Amino acid sequence: MSIKDKELEIEEEFLLFDDWTGKYEHLIEQGRSLPMIDQLKRTEEHLIKGCQSQVWLDARLEDGKVFYFADSDAQIPKGVVSLLVRVLSGEKPEDIVNADLGFIDRIGLKEHLSPTRSNGLVSMVKQMKFYALAHQ
Amino acid sequence: MNTLSKKVVATTFDVSRVRQDFPALDQDVNGYSLVYFDNGATSQKPLSVIQAISAFYTGYNANIHRGVHHLSQLATNAYEEARQAVADWINAPKATEVIFTSGTTAGINLVAQSWGRHYLKPGDEIVLSAMEHHGNIVPWQMVCQEKGAKLRIIPMNDQGELILEEAEKIIGSRTRMLALSHVSNALGTINPVAEIIAMARKQGALVLLDGAQAVPHFRIDVQQLDCDFYAFSAHKMLGSTGTGVLWAKEQLLNELPPWQGGGDMIESVSFEKTTYNVAPFRFEAGTPHIAGALALHAAINYYRALNQHELEAHEASLLQYASQCLLSIPGLRIIGNARHKVPVISFVLEGLHPYDVGFILDKYGIAVRTGHHCAQPVMDFFKIPGTIRASLAFYNTTAEIERLKEVLLIAKRMLS
Repeated sequence: MSIKDKELEIEEEFLLFDDWTGKYEHLIEQGRSLPMIDQLKRTEEHLIKGCQSQVWLDARLEDGKVFYFADSDAQIPKGVVSLLVRVLSGEKPEDIVNADLGFIDRIGLKEHLSPTRSNGLVSMVKQMKFYALAHQ
Repeated sequence: MNTLSKKVVATTFDVSRVRQDFPALDQDVNGYSLVYFDNGATSQKPLSVIQAISAFYTGYNANIHRGVHHLSQLATNAYEEARQAVADWINAPKATEVIFTSGTTAGINLVAQSWGRHYLKPGDEIVLSAMEHHGNIVPWQMVCQEKGAKLRIIPMNDQGELILEEAEKIIGSRTRMLALSHVSNALGTINPVAEIIAMARKQGALVLLDGAQAVPHFRIDVQQLDCDFYAFSAHKMLGSTGTGVLWAKEQLLNELPPWQGGGDMIESVSFEKTTYNVAPFRFEAGTPHIAGALALHAAINYYRALNQHELEAHEASLLQYASQCLLSIPGLRIIGNARHKVPVISFVLEGLHPYDVGFILDKYGIAVRTGHHCAQPVMDFFKIPGTIRASLAFYNTTAEIERLKEVLLIAKRMLS
């Protein structure tokens, strides 16, 4: 499945919920199936700056594709990062670097994120693309 | 809960009438009536304050202390009347002891830079407490680094109260300055400043109080407090952001060198030599926040029109009601249980991150602050990443507290 297809799939899932509580419950649920970062890598080095909560991110290259692992001590950021991991993990570095990730806006997550919070989100995307660039 | 409700009803403070003065309180956020519990960050403003700002800009906007023209004189008079109003409000002996700053932090920096750089020597000590806001830590750290002086910290107990026996040991012959928060922003603790100031006096140290979180809740009498400096912000006590006050004893002000140079703080300037204006003007370089000073005057008038005794009784009942209401939520722990507190309740919910909880509260129109509240040492002490802080004002109601509880229960359900 391409990045675009995965974005579309997530958009369709979120369309099932007509209120924000449903959406956020689904988001939190998503966080529970996040590929977890190695406990030993929950360090300063893997911490994403700009979040009020702690979000750790790691990446690995396998057969020319990038796989992400993450975790957070808060559930909503964990849900957000899990959606990003779901969309970007297993893709080629150049596709990750070029992904526009418009689905975040379309599922109504970005509009609910205040500047400081969305900075956290922006930092997550930046860090994921940075890993992809490094593996290119 | 019944006996509690009775107690609350017994206060005579007319909160529904007071709320009508605050236009921002009357709005929906995310489809729900706003519950504003972030007063520790900044208070909402009554119409009279908003109108004071508007009246200045629509009627007599001009720069102060400079012009011979009519508007400038009106503005100057209004600005100096505001200074007098502040002096009266905090019982300062003279209006010339009131320096307008941009806020509490600026006032503390002014003292740290002007006094600290001039008088501190290697080995001297500045005493702070374990519950200081970063604004009363970093300015001292900076000047200590520069002058080779040392910070000493009065520790607190698990209730969030300063330990006086320890303070007695820490404040000693090397202490030059005691810089203490009057009220803790993260915990709500009202510190026993009289006792600690007495210790500093015995050692001949100067005393600065950070009053940012005290001024919204109770009256300040700088003479009774026996401090040398008292710093606070206007925006936490119904005024506008960008304005604050540093009160200092006249004799000290006349001895202290100016910190920032510029217009208005000088007597005469040539390229060879500048002589400085008298206090407070020599500490107010450049054009000040004139409208902010006028807004603070209006805020003081607003407080004066309220019955302070009733206001304090109302706030005390809000604190008691909120503490009991929140403690009935399983897994909720209040951080900061001092005997003397303002209506600030910092808490954590077992197993939940404050950020997630704050996020969901916002969805239901409840404004709280989450995080470390610019007091990371306090969070480190309690070994938590942060808290959810509900900081109440006199215009808050018991119904809003009940709503907070209701939504916290929803958040718990959603997050577990």
